[in-house]
Amino acid sequence: MSETKFTEDHEWIRVDGDIATIGITDYAQEQLGDIVFVELPQTGDTIDQGGDVAIVESVKAASDIHAPVSGTVETVNDALVDEPGKANEDPEGDGWFFTVTLSDPAELDDLMDADTYKAFVAKL
Amino acid sequence: MKAPCTVALDRTPLYDLHIASGAKMVPFAGYHMPVQFAAGVLKEHLHTRRQAGLFDVSHMGQLRLIGVNAAAALEALVPGDIQGLVPGAMRYTQFTGPSGGILDDLIVTKAQDHLYLVVNADRKAADLAHLRANLPRDIAVEPMEDRALIALQGPAAARVLERHAGGAAGLKFMSSAAMPVMGFACIVSRCGYTGEDGFEISVAGQDAPALAAALLDEAEVAPIGLGARDSLRLEAGLCLYGHDIDTTTSPVEAGLAWSIGKRRRAEGGFPGDAVIRRQIAQGVTRRRVGLRPDGRAPAREGTPIADKDGRNAGAVTSGGFAPTLGAPISMGYVRAELASIDTPLDLMVRGKAMAARVAAMPFTPARYHRG
Repeated sequence: MSETKFTEDHEWIRVDGDIATIGITDYAQEQLGDIVFVELPQTGDTIDQGGDVAIVESVKAASDIHAPVSGTVETVNDALVDEPGKANEDPEGDGWFFTVTLSDPAELDDLMDADTYKAFVAKL
Repeated sequence: MKAPCTVALDRTPLYDLHIASGAKMVPFAGYHMPVQFAAGVLKEHLHTRRQAGLFDVSHMGQLRLIGVNAAAALEALVPGDIQGLVPGAMRYTQFTGPSGGILDDLIVTKAQDHLYLVVNADRKAADLAHLRANLPRDIAVEPMEDRALIALQGPAAARVLERHAGGAAGLKFMSSAAMPVMGFACIVSRCGYTGEDGFEISVAGQDAPALAAALLDEAEVAPIGLGARDSLRLEAGLCLYGHDIDTTTSPVEAGLAWSIGKRRRAEGGFPGDAVIRRQIAQGVTRRRVGLRPDGRAPAREGTPIADKDGRNAGAVTSGGFAPTLGAPISMGYVRAELASIDTPLDLMVRGKAMAARVAAMPFTPARYHRG
């Protein structure tokens, strides 16, 4: 049973047990434009909620991706590094960034569910 | 995500057409301008390289200099050979300052009874003031405020334009003629800012929407925004004023000495001539170069450049992703001894050294119609 949460920085986080998969939302990729470069964390990195964890560069500019939760990086999407355009084409599928083992699942409570995020984006 | 726009922005005559075409508009040089259309920057860029793109460049300044000795008078402000232009010929040059820096870069076209100038949008007010303050009183400086400027660029541009303007395809690169396009009185110039064959069409603002719409109706033509305009000119190795050239860079440091003709080098007579002639004769301490990072990370404007001993070597002035190459490219200034092709350097992206090499420009082959 998985659940997807969203941040105000337009990341999604899909939680399955104590493993979470993280990426950027469709709204984020739309705003960024064509993505040409992605720098991901390394397996085993410890990340803190709100800290810089990845970099996305579009044809327009570079953007920092903040960690939506704290934890340890389990796997990274190497295919995305080779084909950064996947984050445009399928941001919430093949365009995932990395997975983490959650160190504080309670952090998820502060994040938005799908309906709340949809309403949040609608107001932007 | 964006601060509300508080400055009143001008609209070009094509504003409504951009909105109808699905443009994403941004403030640029005091105008509402399309940064991209629905296709996005990458596709717009590649479309221009493969077929033809239509660009609204009406924000640029168009003006006329009228007077019997206009060419000689203008030569007091620019190092280009203006007196040597035959009617219909165009030249790229710069307004230089007293220490040899660049106040703006511009294209000068010799028309039958006047000079036609196209200057940068950001600089047009300053350029007008500069011309009015420094040209003799008998040279009239006339801004062409009612004119739009439409660029049609790409390998299909000549074929497309010929359908609407018989004879346009016969123009050679850097030549210009007054001719009707779809019956509208236009100045058609074979030039551009993409490295491709193409045209810039000056047309009355009231006629511009119909002309642009008709060109966009052609199967080969797509609307292109400022985003792709920037990546196209970067691949073509062309300077963007305020970034790659400004009052602190001379035309020689910028690699633009080719635009200073033999007679002007010999005679001088333009602002900064002592500095510029000395630099031509004795060399410069830094040069504008192309840069190819080894990795995939783009090195953008302001990125410090280090030599392989870790010493400061210069800085990137423009950089981004080159869609035609599928790789990042940059241009910037480095110490002259580091300017030869293939010199290894480090680009300090977010504090990390990214290996790069000095590369020849243009990054993609120019395809101008030299006839």
